Amino acid sequence: MEEFFQQLTNGLAVGGIYALIALGYTMVYGVLKLINFAHGDLFALGAYLGLTLLTSLGLNSRVGPLAGLALLVVFVTGLVALAGALLERAAYRPLRQSPRLSAVVSALGASIFIQNTIMLIYGSKIHVYPKGILPAVAVNIFGLQVPLVRILVFVVSLLLMAALFAFIQKTRLGTAIRAVAIDQDAARLMGINVDQVIMIVFLIGPGLGGVAGLLVGLYYGQVNFTMGWIYGLKAFTAAILGGIGNIPGAMLGGLILGVIEALGAAYVSVAWKDAIAFLVLIVILIARPKGLLGERVADKI
Amino acid sequence: MNRRMWGIIAFVAAMAAVPFCLNPYQVDVFNNIGLYALLALSLNIILGDAGMYNMGHAAFYAVGAYTAAFLNTQLGIGILWTLPISGILAGLVGLVLARPVIHLRGDYLLIVTVGVGEIVRIALINNVFGVTGGPNGIFGIARPVFFGFKIAKPHEFFFLIWGFVALTVLLFSSLKNSRFGRALDYLREDHVAAEGSGIDTARYQLLAFMLGAAWAGMAGCLYASKMSIISPESFNFWESVVIFIIVILGGSGNIAGVILGAFLIVGLPELFREFKAFSQARMWFFGLAMMIMMVFRTEGILPPRPRVFKDIDRNVS
Repeated sequence: MEEFFQQLTNGLAVGGIYALIALGYTMVYGVLKLINFAHGDLFALGAYLGLTLLTSLGLNSRVGPLAGLALLVVFVTGLVALAGALLERAAYRPLRQSPRLSAVVSALGASIFIQNTIMLIYGSKIHVYPKGILPAVAVNIFGLQVPLVRILVFVVSLLLMAALFAFIQKTRLGTAIRAVAIDQDAARLMGINVDQVIMIVFLIGPGLGGVAGLLVGLYYGQVNFTMGWIYGLKAFTAAILGGIGNIPGAMLGGLILGVIEALGAAYVSVAWKDAIAFLVLIVILIARPKGLLGERVADKI
Repeated sequence: MNRRMWGIIAFVAAMAAVPFCLNPYQVDVFNNIGLYALLALSLNIILGDAGMYNMGHAAFYAVGAYTAAFLNTQLGIGILWTLPISGILAGLVGLVLARPVIHLRGDYLLIVTVGVGEIVRIALINNVFGVTGGPNGIFGIARPVFFGFKIAKPHEFFFLIWGFVALTVLLFSSLKNSRFGRALDYLREDHVAAEGSGIDTARYQLLAFMLGAAWAGMAGCLYASKMSIISPESFNFWESVVIFIIVILGGSGNIAGVILGAFLIVGLPELFREFKAFSQARMWFFGLAMMIMMVFRTEGILPPRPRVFKDIDRNVS
């Protein structure tokens, strides 16, 4: 049982990261019906920016580990959000009225572009996060020794998800985002500035993705420039699993995918880990074609 | 003769000159372009004509390549004889995989095909059924023999590959003007209306998927014969993405556009390789160029022209 719960907590931490990235996919999809393939690379950008800030600013020694980490989260969020908004302006806005797949190819181009920008700046070698940012201690939860970093990753992702959920449900701007997701033209007629709302979505989504990158760096201790592909694909799978366009769905999908992967790797086969995740996705989609929480929309006649 | 015919003649003449004018390395680049043109033409049936988002096309490419490699190395069947078998098997795999998911819409189908592609690749790495050779793949695939003539050098493969491309183009362009092609046009543009007019949409979609998968399988067979060694990494997610990009960027639904797309996507990075200063940054430029091209040519470089029905005009007047 010890092994099972260790894998479960590991799966929840990784799932929290997947969920954070998946939120970016699902929010962008909600307002633009666009799969933002560059999102995974914005996540990788977050991981690298986190590394640079961590080593160059030395926040830990100045303000202490916890405040330093909080500041780091703020900086990375801000910078990656800015990159996301720039991307929207340059690569997606001109394609708003064109066939959907054209924007997808533009997104793929953006993905290659960002990935290689990281490669040209940092080089193609694996980079290691400095050790000792977080004390390497384990916390005792009901007799289970859980590493502190695992708890921190899970708690940070849960807090961010809760904050986002409150923002979307309770604020004026959140209501505007939901309105644009339902019907852009009607939202525009109601006096909502659609361009501005889309810009804000492209600030929030990549911002969360950037934090996820930072968390991956802290959790695994190393980053490489192609990591955006794999995490992006997993997170997109999570978003589809939960029902794309649906914010609680992305959170649920991310956590489920993380747990399935961790348990699958532990009990079935490490070599088939990724295949198991996709197999579960296919089975779920055969049973529920719009994902777990996706709404059933009748075909228009 | 109209301008279009002259364009085709000029293109064929230029291509026929390639193996006599260029060095083996450059001819090999053209061979790669030909293989990707085949793959993109096969995906074009699924994505461009039937409008089904498939981003796991490398899976069928892999099935074809591994079928050919297995039959050739284990049973000693001539590689060109395995061409139809590769196609049939890849088509059947496509049918079996697509059958339960064909009703999924747009992006849901896209991620399922991505998943299928990954599952196939992982299965190949894990040496499923003990016939795929694991991460190392299969090597020692024999060279093709065409009526007693052994094909081994790049310029010999050039004729094999581009001959097959020419055959494919002839076949697919007449298919476009058939009942099948018109049905696909209809169901892509308006699924519900097509169904309402009595088109069995699920059947046509499955047929299109099977045909595309089968053609990718045959491209896989040609690839195996050209490389004489295949491994799972040749059929990863990135390959599927490249084929997808070729179709959309070239002009989805248009055969000439798709072939042009293959030249740009496979050929341009090779051109950059020539400049030493660019070699590090060539993929950076590639990504940038993709974004710029899509922003300025939002429907692809050569979008299909709308169908013209001459007979109808005649009947009316």
